[in-house]
Amino acid sequence: MEEGKVVSQSVQESAAAYSIIQERFGDAVSAFNANETMPFLEVVDTDRWVEIALFMRDHAKLKFNYMACLTGVDYPADEKVGIICNFESLALLNHKIAVKLKCVRKNGSLPSVACVWHTANWHEREAYDLFGITFTGHPEMKRILCPDDWEGYPLLKDYKVQEKYHGIKVPY
Amino acid sequence: MQELDTVGQGSVRVTRISEKLVILEKDLATEQMVLAMGPQHPSTHGVLKLECLTDGEVITEAIPVLGYLHRCFEKCCENIDYPAVVPYTDRLDYLAGMNSEFAYALAVEKLLDIEIPRRAEFIRVIMAELNRIASHLVAIGTYGIDLGAFTPFLFCFRDREIILGLLEWASGARMLYNYIWIGGLACDVPADFLKRVREFITYFRPKAVELQELLTGNEIFVKRTYGVGIMPADVAINYGWSGPMLRGSGVKWDLRRNDPYSVYPEIDFKVVVPDGKHSVIGDCLSRHIVRAVEMEESLKIIEQCIDKIPSSEGFNSRSAIPKRIRPKAGEVYSRAENPRGELGFYIESDGKSTKPIRCKARSSCFVNLSAMKDLSKGQLIPDLVAIIGSIDIVLGEVDR
Repeated sequence: MEEGKVVSQSVQESAAAYSIIQERFGDAVSAFNANETMPFLEVVDTDRWVEIALFMRDHAKLKFNYMACLTGVDYPADEKVGIICNFESLALLNHKIAVKLKCVRKNGSLPSVACVWHTANWHEREAYDLFGITFTGHPEMKRILCPDDWEGYPLLKDYKVQEKYHGIKVPY
Repeated sequence: MQELDTVGQGSVRVTRISEKLVILEKDLATEQMVLAMGPQHPSTHGVLKLECLTDGEVITEAIPVLGYLHRCFEKCCENIDYPAVVPYTDRLDYLAGMNSEFAYALAVEKLLDIEIPRRAEFIRVIMAELNRIASHLVAIGTYGIDLGAFTPFLFCFRDREIILGLLEWASGARMLYNYIWIGGLACDVPADFLKRVREFITYFRPKAVELQELLTGNEIFVKRTYGVGIMPADVAINYGWSGPMLRGSGVKWDLRRNDPYSVYPEIDFKVVVPDGKHSVIGDCLSRHIVRAVEMEESLKIIEQCIDKIPSSEGFNSRSAIPKRIRPKAGEVYSRAENPRGELGFYIESDGKSTKPIRCKARSSCFVNLSAMKDLSKGQLIPDLVAIIGSIDIVLGEVDR
């Protein structure tokens, strides 16, 4: 955090939550990014993501029982894709935090947290559908919005739409 | 034989029949059958397909199949400027366009860190609440139709037409408004607008009570919904439910109150949760009651807004709109309470472009619908219709 900058209460709460996670997992998580609009941490050791997720959900001082959103993101410059999860302790402690995870761009995979939050189930399928990130341990890893036999992952920055789909011309 | 007798007498039929049937068929070798419901089925409210695995009349599994309306809204956003996204947000939840625009505008304003004129804030809230009533009217009316009550539907659409008329008068469009812009509004409301809104409130108050009586006072409707599709509060939270669905499960959670935005902190209203006297907490009837009572709360909010709104003198609805919308590098996740729950926008800006590099809409219907598999297990086919209706999906938002 920068010195002398006024930090809002919600960011302070997120920072407190972060320090509990950091204390337990040490180097597996990155430093805390305390920006005003969306304070976040990054999980560096993605293999431990399920463990961290369970800790975040069940620890008495964290209680992140609500996953608001899971967004897939493409970082073409770093040759990476990733997800951003927004958590909140709904009706309990009322603090929020965002978590970022990254994996390689081609055939990348991340552990699934569908067993921790049901919300993640469809959102991870959506991230797979649109970004091609495979989630290991997901109960039903297949496309959700596009047809099952669609080619490519539409939200990648270099996505080129297929010429024909079942004999129908696609680009218009 | 005892079970056979009770079923034969038809004494316990409405909600507990599924268990009875299971007892009856315990030793029978029944065949499982696939029943495809939709995408053109009227009770799926749009183009949702449910692939149901049925054992007789009992559903063993219902899998929602989505994507019939998918147009990759998020890819569209990456190719257009920030203000040009607003009309697209109308088409997400087309029954509550104002609310969707409001949520998007809030997200970008957070990223830009600008403040908008106070009168504009009040107009936004009035529009959003009017649209919430219109949206709940459709939800309640079509829910009645799903369960065989035709009259409430006609009543709802009659009253909704007045709201759409008001919104059309202000914005020029009936459903796809493009009225709430980033940093302000497209224009101020017409001179007599607030007077007419007040007239509508006086007109609608008794109608809302009448509507309540027509449905929650109707024994058939109650029997079709009471105790059907129960969702406990903790599971609902784990599923990411929000809005009337979550409140139907008894969680007092409303973003207008718990994560307030715009002028909601200044306004006094009640967060509606079922009391458990008329319904089982978390069932379809609770969700219906929450929507019905919420309309009255919306009326209260509008009334207070009209009382508090600053006059239009010297007001320029576009005064705070930046000439060129180019937020500094950063990201935001911002949400607003829509009629169907939490509509969130994740927006990422690289600080150079006038287009978002990532814009994700967190759709409330999408998340609410994902619980369908658990909700429908072991229910009867007609109850499945009651459950989908109570989720109140808009496929434009589910498929994006």
